[in-house]
Amino acid sequence: MGVVRENLDRVARRYRALPGPARVALVVLLVVLVYLLPLLRPPIITTNQIDFGGVMFAIAAFALVAVGLNVVIGYAGLLDLGYVGFYAVGAYTTGVLTSYHAHWAFFLALPVAIAVTMVTGVLLGWPTLRVRGDYLAIVTLGFGEIIRIAVTNVEWVGAARGIKDIPHPPNIGPDPEPPFGDGGLFTIPSLQWDGIVPSLDSGRETTFLVFGAVSAVPYYWLVLSFLILILFADRLIKDSRVGRAWEATREDEDAAEHMGVPTFKFKLLAFALGAAVGGLSGSLYASSQSGYINPQSFPLLLSILFVAAVIVGGAGNRWGAIIGGTLVAYLPERFREFADFRLLVFGLALMILPVYRSQGLLPPRRTIRARAAAEEIEHLEGRDEAPTEVV
Amino acid sequence: MSERTRVLELDDVTLRFGGLTALDSVSFHIDEGEILGMIGPNGAGKTTAFNAITGVYQVTSGEVRFAGRSLAGLKRHAITKLGIARTFQNIRLFGSMTALENVLVGADANHSTGVLSALFRTAKHRREEDDGHERGMELLEFMGLASRADELAANLSYGDQRRLEIARAMATGPKLLCLDEPAAGFNPQEKAQLMELIRRVRDRGFTVLLIEHDMRLVMGVTDRIVVLEFGKKIAEGTPAEIRDNPAVIAAYLGVDEDAS
Repeated sequence: MGVVRENLDRVARRYRALPGPARVALVVLLVVLVYLLPLLRPPIITTNQIDFGGVMFAIAAFALVAVGLNVVIGYAGLLDLGYVGFYAVGAYTTGVLTSYHAHWAFFLALPVAIAVTMVTGVLLGWPTLRVRGDYLAIVTLGFGEIIRIAVTNVEWVGAARGIKDIPHPPNIGPDPEPPFGDGGLFTIPSLQWDGIVPSLDSGRETTFLVFGAVSAVPYYWLVLSFLILILFADRLIKDSRVGRAWEATREDEDAAEHMGVPTFKFKLLAFALGAAVGGLSGSLYASSQSGYINPQSFPLLLSILFVAAVIVGGAGNRWGAIIGGTLVAYLPERFREFADFRLLVFGLALMILPVYRSQGLLPPRRTIRARAAAEEIEHLEGRDEAPTEVV
Repeated sequence: MSERTRVLELDDVTLRFGGLTALDSVSFHIDEGEILGMIGPNGAGKTTAFNAITGVYQVTSGEVRFAGRSLAGLKRHAITKLGIARTFQNIRLFGSMTALENVLVGADANHSTGVLSALFRTAKHRREEDDGHERGMELLEFMGLASRADELAANLSYGDQRRLEIARAMATGPKLLCLDEPAAGFNPQEKAQLMELIRRVRDRGFTVLLIEHDMRLVMGVTDRIVVLEFGKKIAEGTPAEIRDNPAVIAAYLGVDEDAS
């Protein structure tokens, strides 16, 4: 595990040392690769027992949620154990508006779902953000359950039956006309691998861009695009007065208040923005391939997994959140061969990680820098003592 | 002295916690450009007075006025924005942020960039960021911390942390700077430097309220001194007057029961 840490740090350092244009080129290349991943179906990482496109969709969705929750937990330091509640509010708002009570278009319902979730975040945060730490965790835990139990019992949102036939996002190009027309603008085949030899797999085609039952890849592309958008926004906000206010509040709420930071306002803001991303993810989930949601789609476990994704990845680092979300969504699917044991493997992985890497796989940049500084000091002082962890 | 404007006025301030009277009808004022020392034995109510001024506690009776305006009911961050900044007896920096970022948080007290202007990188956002960096670096320079700007606050030496706290408070652009035992844990040489620093802070146009245990430092740097004991003001005057005040001597050294 120490090797993993060193290598990750080294990659991060080397990337930062690159000149500007090279960095951009590298990032663009990487992004294209990530978009194409479910079509490339690279050996080893591809899941064979379950549709890889669907897995990639789940990964992107989890990463999106983790990035949103990272704002709340990582930046503002508010432990939110009821994040699935926001996810559910976003999903149900979309379901109600596009299928159950009205027939809005998806892209009309999406902003409304985000807005409703944001308002929910403010309504929950207003009374609860006055409590700190563990107490906030308990209150939010309750919130997640309240939402789930409420939707189970309210007929207006379908109760236990849930909502079905939620429309998919709009296609680009002509709609498919079964059984002959695929619709869309063009089709892209996937690769299949015989050992390390790739060949085209014409039986597994993705139509650009039809959101249908055939391929999960378009849904993946949609979520990934939103993820990238949110990442940009996340970065812009983090590198501003708002991001500094969050960090100061997390570090020492009283001192922040005395330095002119209206901490309550900024905590509420973190909560609302985090909720908005949760609502966005929920909305995308509702209109995904199955187009079906019910209360069982939003169990408490999901909240815990969201938090696990942020913590495993490294709270406070957006890339860490993505890695954490990826692992949490991917590992159980990858190890489907182990059948019932896959959850055991997953659980063990979740236990081992924090023990050997307590700040997550990819801790915030500062922590790396702090460690480098600490090592340097130690080197100068010529001590052989174990390095002290900088929190 | 009379033509100087009063920056801060405590008017008959009483602060009770249940049955305990932490401040008992305390009145004093600070004039603009003054360095006022506040001394007293442990538990005299110095930090409590500080907290009453900076909005941690609401006074039970009496009034705290800043530039003629009552501070009653104002939140801590609002008081900071009005122009009162403070440091802490036990250092409370934002450890995971760099020295510069700590100061930037202080400078942000004058800024209003929100989510939208940050998202769209508006002119206001850029102006405020530039202003913050400029002001921040200038203050770090002033404190002799410029070379430590990118160091994490938690990794700074003790003395640098103390100085950074003062820089952070100054960055909020206060009229009144409240320093809570800034020399705690300093050696004599550092104390001498701090005295010099406090004078320079005053020369930059700040008014300073100083809580300090070290008598030599207080006597050497302040214009006037207020002495508290058991929540009451027992004396007020110039350092020379305080030095010879029998009540102060009694408070610090005790009264010889036989002699009195």
